[in-house]
Amino acid sequence: MSDWRMLQDRLSDQGYVAGDDLAMALYLALTLERPLLLEGAAGVGKTEIAKVLAILKEAPLIRLQCYEGLDAGHAIYEWNYQRQLLAIRAAGERGETGPGLEARIFSEDYLLERPLLQAIRQDRPPVLLIDEIDRADEEFEAYLLEILSDFTISIPELGTIHATAKPHVILTSNGTRDLSDALRRRCLFVHVDYPDRATELAILAKRHPGLEPRLAAQIVGFVQALRREDLDKTPGVAETLDFAAAVAGLGVADLTDDPVALKAALVTLLKTQGDRARVPTEVAQRLAGKAA
Amino acid sequence: MSGVTRFPARATGPADRMAGFMAHLRLNGLALGVNETATALAAAAVVNPTDAAEMRLALKAVCAGTREETALFDDLFAAWWLNRGRERPGEAQTSATPGRPEHRHSPFVTEALSALGRGQADRPEGGEGAAEQSGEGRLVGSRIARLNRTDLRELVSPEDIVAAEDTARRIAQAIRDRRSRRLKADRRGARLDLRRIARDSVATGGEPLRLYRRSRPDRPASIVALCDVSGSMTVYARVFLSFLKGLIGANLRADAYLFHTRLVRITDALRDPDPLRAVNRLGLMAQGFGGGTKIGGALAAFNRGYAKARVNGRSVVIVLSDGYDTDPPDLIARELAQLKKRGCRIVWLNPLKGWRDYAPVARGMAAALPHLDHFAAANTLDALAALEPELSRL
Repeated sequence: MSDWRMLQDRLSDQGYVAGDDLAMALYLALTLERPLLLEGAAGVGKTEIAKVLAILKEAPLIRLQCYEGLDAGHAIYEWNYQRQLLAIRAAGERGETGPGLEARIFSEDYLLERPLLQAIRQDRPPVLLIDEIDRADEEFEAYLLEILSDFTISIPELGTIHATAKPHVILTSNGTRDLSDALRRRCLFVHVDYPDRATELAILAKRHPGLEPRLAAQIVGFVQALRREDLDKTPGVAETLDFAAAVAGLGVADLTDDPVALKAALVTLLKTQGDRARVPTEVAQRLAGKAA
Repeated sequence: MSGVTRFPARATGPADRMAGFMAHLRLNGLALGVNETATALAAAAVVNPTDAAEMRLALKAVCAGTREETALFDDLFAAWWLNRGRERPGEAQTSATPGRPEHRHSPFVTEALSALGRGQADRPEGGEGAAEQSGEGRLVGSRIARLNRTDLRELVSPEDIVAAEDTARRIAQAIRDRRSRRLKADRRGARLDLRRIARDSVATGGEPLRLYRRSRPDRPASIVALCDVSGSMTVYARVFLSFLKGLIGANLRADAYLFHTRLVRITDALRDPDPLRAVNRLGLMAQGFGGGTKIGGALAAFNRGYAKARVNGRSVVIVLSDGYDTDPPDLIARELAQLKKRGCRIVWLNPLKGWRDYAPVARGMAAALPHLDHFAAANTLDALAALEPELSRL
């Protein structure tokens, strides 16, 4: 069996069912030591893969959640100004001044590590998850480039810090804006789509092993049918799992049996008022009937 | 198909074949450099090279950079490595590589060029009729003024194209600069945040250690442009595409689509720095260019697909169309209402509106009117330029 299939199996053992595209890209990213960029709708398991990978590699997971206005001070490093100031005061009272003091307050003791710096200073390769990179500004992408290509960080007062272990980098994006070509070129890319029927069944079997196969097939069929409907917010895999948990929790053995319970369980799938209105009980019943 | 016929005498090894494949992808619009070729070879070395499916997956991860490219990749892979689309088996013996992209795609390229150039060839029948229709062409102060007021159908020189791009760039700038009224913390802001400085200095014994600043945040609006390239609009297509190129070039958040009977995203193609290649990519995407129109269907496709991620309360959606539609008009109304729910502003630019005595009688147009924030003419460069103050107010 080839190595990437083995990786796919090991992911599957951890409860993550990866499609061929994703498994291969992840395998290459690990072997070639390149960052992996995952793009896709919300709720298809982009963030999850990093968590599972961290478990597989028995490595720490370092997560950087991006947001509008994220800057180097929050992502890379920051000086601990309060401590520096206290040190200056204390030194002043002792009558100590000069370059010795300056060297001391700009030493590692006063450096606050943020996720990116932390990631390159580990003893063993960690998994670095840069989540929702499309939320960060374009300027921040430029910061990332140096780190992603060389795994070095320059701190003017300290010098350049080289990586002690090259992290496995996973970037995720919801595609709300175009990422720069420079960033895309440094990464391997996979577009993660909603899973097909068989894959989703496999996921459900992994996560809810107690579920009766017939009901599982019904649930997956129902969600897949719902995704083809015209909704504001298409349910992702996480929603399917919630829905399955809800259905199982309500003690439903067959989706078509109990319209009231089905309606109640729909809160896990439909997340806006408009979608709720668009899928009234009759439509839900019809979809469930077809899925059965 | 045997392996022997597939390899021309010149391609000596895997590296050569890979370089050829990269050239093939590049020609089809994927942005790939030497680095990617090296990565692709490295990737090929760690998978089983005799398994086509495995190679395809591996190369896809390396070469495809966007969702659109991912969708395209399988066909491109099959075309190059599996010799799909080869016409004659004997071709391999000739000096040209079988399935050489230049050969295979040349018809598309010419087709695209001719489609885009149709504005040039398709001049209005008889000068008189056109002058009557273009409405404003009467009072002329100077040559430039006259040029600016000529119906866009008659504008085809390279300078006009450049002018259209410039206009678009200015409009994009005008839309982009939407400043907030509130002040927000900002490291490089113009004003000092005295309140915060004072409060922070308490902790440091009254010494203002850090100077906090504030500024008015720039709230960039995103522009989404949907351009109709159906038969009735072809005469305007060239200028409108330049207009779109200007919009895209000026604003990283801008997004552009073409529609006729289908909706195609062209942002990536328009960002292509090589204009000829951009035109080729557009041509490949816009097969069916110059056919019928399904405005309602295209809007529906946009709402289902792209709008979710790309349209929000700070978006301005610009539709460039004459409103002649083969879908039922209430579909347009419904889809526009749906789009409107995302909180965006909708601007409809109709080249016909500049014509004298124009009334929005096309049923599609009439249905769309109640949902528009701004409905304007787009038949002269002046009319396009006049949009700037209007749009900056939106």
